[in-house]
Amino acid sequence: MADDKDKSKEVGHTNVGDRPVYPALRDRESVAAHNPVPPLTHAHRRHAPPLYGVMAEFDNPRDLVAAAHRTYEAGYRRINAYSPYPIEELSEAIGFTHTHLPLIVFIGGLVGAIGGFFMQYWMEVIDYPLNVGGKPYNSWPAFIPITFETTVLCAAFSAVLGMLILNKLPQPYHPVFNAPNFALATRDLFFLVIEASDPKFNHGEVVEFMKTLNAQDVTDVEV
Amino acid sequence: MNHDETQPGYTEGPMHSTAPVIDPGMTFASVTDKISSIVLKRRTPLWWFVGFVISFILFQLMLLTITQLVFVGIGLWGVNVPIAWGVDILNFVWWIGIGHAGTLISAILLLLRQRWRTSINRFAEAMTLFAVAQAGMYPVFHLGRPWLMYWLFPYPNTMGIWPQFRSPLMWDVFAVSTYATVSAMFWFVGLIPDFATLRDRARSKPFQMLYGLLAMGWRGSARHWHRYEMAYLLLAGLATPLVLSVHTIVSFDFAVGIIPGWHATIFPPYFVAGAIYAGFAMVLFLTIPLRKVYGLEGFITMRHMHNMAKVMLATGLIVGYGYIMEAFFGWYSGNRYERFMIWNRMHGPYALYYWALILCNIITPQFLWIKKVRSNLLALWLISIVVSIGMWLERFVIVVTSLHRDYLPSSWGMYQPTMWDWGMFIGTIGFFFTLLFLFLRFLPMISIFEMRTILPEATEE
Repeated sequence: MADDKDKSKEVGHTNVGDRPVYPALRDRESVAAHNPVPPLTHAHRRHAPPLYGVMAEFDNPRDLVAAAHRTYEAGYRRINAYSPYPIEELSEAIGFTHTHLPLIVFIGGLVGAIGGFFMQYWMEVIDYPLNVGGKPYNSWPAFIPITFETTVLCAAFSAVLGMLILNKLPQPYHPVFNAPNFALATRDLFFLVIEASDPKFNHGEVVEFMKTLNAQDVTDVEV
Repeated sequence: MNHDETQPGYTEGPMHSTAPVIDPGMTFASVTDKISSIVLKRRTPLWWFVGFVISFILFQLMLLTITQLVFVGIGLWGVNVPIAWGVDILNFVWWIGIGHAGTLISAILLLLRQRWRTSINRFAEAMTLFAVAQAGMYPVFHLGRPWLMYWLFPYPNTMGIWPQFRSPLMWDVFAVSTYATVSAMFWFVGLIPDFATLRDRARSKPFQMLYGLLAMGWRGSARHWHRYEMAYLLLAGLATPLVLSVHTIVSFDFAVGIIPGWHATIFPPYFVAGAIYAGFAMVLFLTIPLRKVYGLEGFITMRHMHNMAKVMLATGLIVGYGYIMEAFFGWYSGNRYERFMIWNRMHGPYALYYWALILCNIITPQFLWIKKVRSNLLALWLISIVVSIGMWLERFVIVVTSLHRDYLPSSWGMYQPTMWDWGMFIGTIGFFFTLLFLFLRFLPMISIFEMRTILPEATEE
């Protein structure tokens, strides 16, 4: 458990942080009350500080996974979760189960294999045939070790670059970094975000919903 | 999270020792703070400076040797016909073999779901990378004209020619460069989430920016983790056959030649086992003092020591089998040259090396059968040194004694390494430790995020 958290305070639906969270939320609710068109749209953001989403903070992985399940079941789709280590159930809970990465790596490997073999074939058979010890020009068994190495090399590059590109990394700035306590997402805190771009997003409802998720804290995240 | 584990941090099954893979009192916060504080704390321990300075001085010896070598030529080394491959090429094989344990720990043990690997994989991967860096220098400077090294790669040139792809030496170029590249990528990908941790924990601006740049904006998103885990698993799957291929191809450098003592079908598996053997010896040699000085006994536990000792014993037995088979092949072939080669190894001018090798690599590891020895860190440390020396002797026996007396007695010769050979060897050891000390100071030597996954907090349901 985080030693810098005060465990004597009640963890749950109320604000336990020492930061003024609710006044900000109330302001937004009052703005929302005056504005009869929920959900929050880009047009709305001209009046209020632009909102990225609402973030709930958890101090353990079980609560986060349970909350992610409930959020998905409640119909929210543009959600994301943040954890200090990979949690298998978590990406499933937010409805993210499929990635094209294996396909990319397979294609990369295939390109490496074909490219590696035909590079040697072209050089040794077509461009500059050279008789070495009476071996056939296309002495393919001798080309296999390098073909194998180029296969692995291209597949590994596809895996690393594919992962980074699909994850849109490097990305120096992201709104979630603005959230208080988010620096602890790489230590021992767990976060769930419902993004403002969710079709079902209504600020007041989302805040009320998140308060029922057994979160330690619920805050707004500005763009 | 693993559902099948009833006791987090412990492995199931009666055959396993019950020593935990991590101190059960650890939490997400304490693991993070403990490992990152080694890197982030302002004060550098005195012994670090002592170690670094000694390594750095030895590293200068390497630079001196290389400078001298480039000016004079490789005659500076003791190599000459018939022993054109001397200590330089055997050092290449020795270093690259050491590297293999890192990949084995990080990739193969990951695929085998050996969770104890978690606390040593980062360190072992760093060791791999630095060992491969040393290894790569030897063949390059053995070329004689190292500034023409790029001739090894297939690039369109004014001469209109291409490398000879039927040669194992070309395979070696591709194998070693691929291995170095993939190991570096695997290592870097493993570091990304830890860079993010360091970015968020660093207090000084330059370090926040440095680690922030390296973390590339990692924020632990569940989507990112999902792709990350997939990429990591695929990289492990790719690195596994790669590491086996690298030492196989290194062994082809010898086995494809027709010299008695080289031309043997047993070479690929025997070289791979030898590489892992030497590599685990080096991991033990390095981790035993490190866990002590950094107080990492809670992460690198006796369980790790036992397991590494067992891997060393198992691969040592495979290597021993290789030696016996070499002798058997020599006798059973009925070929006089093969028989002479074995006789010459055992009784010729280099017999002392052969018997020292048997003592170091076959007899010494037998002590690891005894649990008391495996539990004794000093004994393990000494055995790891003996095995490292033994593996060096093995390559000496293979390279030198095979070359020095082949078919024609008129072309026989003797080989004596010169001081520059030793200068290069000791120099690369210095360079290796220089890199290692820098790594220990600036990067987390234990994978923080992977340690979190094996904590009781993460595994309890």
